[in-house]
Amino acid sequence: MSAEFRFDGEPVSAEPGQSIGAALIAGGRRSWRTTRHEGAPRGVFCGIGICFDCLVTVNGEPNQRACLTEAVAGDVVTTQEGSGHADLAC
Amino acid sequence: MAGIDLNDVVVIGGGVIGAACAYYCAEAGLRVTVVERGSPGGGTTSACEGNILLSDKEPGPELELALLSSRLWGALADRRGAQAFEYQAKGGVVVATTEVSAAGLAKLTVGQRASGVDAVDVSAEELRELEPNVTSAAVGGAFYPQDSQVQPMLSTARLLRLVREKGGRVLTATAVTGFLRGADGAVLGVRTNSAAVPEVRGKCTVNASGTWSGEIAELAGAPIPILPRKGFILVTEPLPRVVRHKVYTAEYVANVASSDEGLETSVVVEGTQAGTVLIGASRERVGFDRSFSLSVVRKLAAQALEVFPFLEHVSLMRTYLGFRPYCPDHLPIIGPDPRVPGLFHATGHEGAGIGLATGTGTLIAQLITGATPDLDPAPFRPHRFEEVAA
Repeated sequence: MSAEFRFDGEPVSAEPGQSIGAALIAGGRRSWRTTRHEGAPRGVFCGIGICFDCLVTVNGEPNQRACLTEAVAGDVVTTQEGSGHADLAC
Repeated sequence: MAGIDLNDVVVIGGGVIGAACAYYCAEAGLRVTVVERGSPGGGTTSACEGNILLSDKEPGPELELALLSSRLWGALADRRGAQAFEYQAKGGVVVATTEVSAAGLAKLTVGQRASGVDAVDVSAEELRELEPNVTSAAVGGAFYPQDSQVQPMLSTARLLRLVREKGGRVLTATAVTGFLRGADGAVLGVRTNSAAVPEVRGKCTVNASGTWSGEIAELAGAPIPILPRKGFILVTEPLPRVVRHKVYTAEYVANVASSDEGLETSVVVEGTQAGTVLIGASRERVGFDRSFSLSVVRKLAAQALEVFPFLEHVSLMRTYLGFRPYCPDHLPIIGPDPRVPGLFHATGHEGAGIGLATGTGTLIAQLITGATPDLDPAPFRPHRFEEVAA
């Protein structure tokens, strides 16, 4: 039974227990975040929760590690721009 | 190692205070060697926030030293480039959330202005213009344009590099184990644990070993009352600019000046160039206990939320802790020790060492060369504790 979630509005299917990062890679995506200063694309780097490169916004919560966050059916995953907290800037 | 014997000054400690003492001595033309037991800035310097504050000081000798130091940091940044120290003249904002603390703050700013501090009383409305994310519960506050900041480790490394460029030496991983003595008991330099450099001779020796300077003073037979005062700092995930100044509560000043052994927390919040927001600071006299305390961290986080409610939606990444060199009368110890000729102290700055480093280094250089000091060093004399006891 797969856990389908949405990434930037597109459906992505995941195996049970699969991480969001693994499901995105399996679905052919390489990046889902931009860096804070250069806006460069980022996806999975270490894949084991150490490097914090694969950050993504899950259900409105920014800075979630895609490699460690299990995909849950109905999740709304979105590309994270920079810190993911642009709304707080003053 | 003939060169070692030509030292005018041996500085014990390669933290920000030792680096500043060495820098201003080298600038005065003196030959300097810094002896650091670990790595530069490896003690309290690497466990702080880099504050250069006038706002948290009541009128008196420490404020005088802070005014001198603030000018000198500005001059250093002008001369060497602000980025050499990540110097930012960002200004400080003090927030009052009750009418009682607002009244106390207004009284403090009157005294500070009389001492030459640029302290501006601000209304609740002006406060929100300065800090749009501040709590709507704030009733007023004060703005201090002169408050500024440096990156402490970078600044220490930069000052030590400038010392080396002037022909000085910096010995790292070299611990002082004793003192070289003259027939009259005068200090003529230090012994070390280094096989390569077992002794470093110098006409003057400066004890700038921060929280550990009591041990060095003891070793020299000239005890000074320095105790560790533990503090935690919280680090958030990287954010856009959310906090514009150094922001703290009116209660902070009272806590800095307190001598209680028990836990005190009063929040100070600020952004960094890296994007993280730093939340300090607790004060506890529990010796050199490095253990983590969830209750202290929780209390700091709760106080930060009171000042900046938006932090509720922000994650903490980590915390760090350090030990401030606490002196019972809340004044640093700066100057020659009359009990031991040749020995000087530059220590006891508690949580203000980064800010006060430039003035301290300048005073030490002036006292060693016999130049007229930029301010009266008498309040900082090392033997004042014995006078009280006598």
